Amino acid sequence: MSEKKFSKKHEWVSLDGDVATVGITKHATEMLGDIVFVEVPDAGKAVEKEGQAAVVESTKAASDVYSPISGEITEGNKAIADDPGSVNTDPEGASWFFKLKIKDKGEYDSLMSKDEYDKFCKENPS
Amino acid sequence: MEVQKTALYNYHKNLGAKFVPFAGYEMPIQYKDGIVKEHISTRTHAGFFDVSHMGQFFLEGDESLIESLEKIIPADLKNLKINHSKYSFLLNNEGGIIDDLIITRTEKGFCIILNAACKENDIKQISQFLKKNHKHLLNNDLSLIALQGPKSVEILEKLIPGVANLKFMTGSNFEYEGENLYVTRSGYTGEDGFEISISNTKVEKLIDYLISNEVKPIGLGARDTLRLEAGLCLYGHDLNEKINPVEANLKWAIAKKRKEVGGFNGWEKIKNLLVNGSEKIRVGIKPDGKVIARENTKIFSSDNNEIGFVTSGTFGPSVNAPVAMGYVKSEFSKIGTSIQLEVRGKKYGGKISELPFYKKSYVK
Repeated sequence: MSEKKFSKKHEWVSLDGDVATVGITKHATEMLGDIVFVEVPDAGKAVEKEGQAAVVESTKAASDVYSPISGEITEGNKAIADDPGSVNTDPEGASWFFKLKIKDKGEYDSLMSKDEYDKFCKENPS
Repeated sequence: MEVQKTALYNYHKNLGAKFVPFAGYEMPIQYKDGIVKEHISTRTHAGFFDVSHMGQFFLEGDESLIESLEKIIPADLKNLKINHSKYSFLLNNEGGIIDDLIITRTEKGFCIILNAACKENDIKQISQFLKKNHKHLLNNDLSLIALQGPKSVEILEKLIPGVANLKFMTGSNFEYEGENLYVTRSGYTGEDGFEISISNTKVEKLIDYLISNEVKPIGLGARDTLRLEAGLCLYGHDLNEKINPVEANLKWAIAKKRKEVGGFNGWEKIKNLLVNGSEKIRVGIKPDGKVIARENTKIFSSDNNEIGFVTSGTFGPSVNAPVAMGYVKSEFSKIGTSIQLEVRGKKYGGKISELPFYKKSYVK
């Protein structure tokens, strides 16, 4: 697996060959609060970079999860749909949202590194 | 208008509150623990809520005050005993709900607890019916603290002996720190508990005591999940000026005598609805799966006709499932009726459910 890269919309991506794994960051879960509903995409669905791909809801509100990278979904993580609270406990590990077969590695390369993302969060508190 | 703060604002800040603007006030939406933990600790131990943004409106006057208030409030105020409270409403000429409220008979008149967002208009509406010799005061020198949960009685009794004798929807004066305070056994969570009216200068001391007894601070977020599980309405969402008490499924809150004799705003319309029923009615809703049907979600019949809309919806931590309430055409209001909820363009199954979702444990 490659190093994790990060988007401004608070998703993370790791790459294994041409298959990317996408989830939401720990910072995102802290902003959302208790997660109580997750909807993940089905395999075969095409998603565009920054297009809506999944849904996450906390006790407070519903938010869209965007794909930081374009491609075709190969798997949605059904485990988090069954146990949405697990996204709060392990957002950057077992509680990934979906995997997709990517078209353009350049999109991955252009995302932020861990350090850049941490700096971004500090500069954009919400 | 400048944003207002309650006397406990800095106290909340030190407790790690996240604030949101609510009805012109900066109010805590949650503290460090988050909504689910706050909700559960209220149900299993006890929580306190700063509801000082709500209006504490005091009225004094002779017998004619009752007559005046009964023109806009459909409760039986004449037979309301001193220190007893009723849930009721302010009604407009069409029978629509201007606000929902708790009215308590005091020695000299009445105290009405009003919703923060409505209180200015409420006072205008009530004042239309008042006479010159009726005195009224919106008391901003008082804080209002709700203490809710199964341990509330044990904890408050140690501090203020006698509160344990209060029955649900009654109140009394007590002494605390050399000052008078008024305590009622009531709340908005479906739990046993109290609402304490206390001077702004003493409220921090009361909260210090509660915290030392492991009572957690609870924000507006958990207040909403708690009241929705308890099937209680939130004004501005489940109730508004275009909805009347019959539609809101709250006809029980109109006194029996008043239903017969009338004499309040909108009675003609309400009398007719009491006989013939209303076209739409407020119901509880349980989505079949985990999907949350939030406010404004459209409701469809199983054969795809639009039959209503959701007015409140969230995840209920104690029910451990999504819960909602809303309005449907009355013919679809039977408990167990299958419905569909349109969320993000997709239809999900659900059922009309009994209210409350969570069983109460009031002390009668």
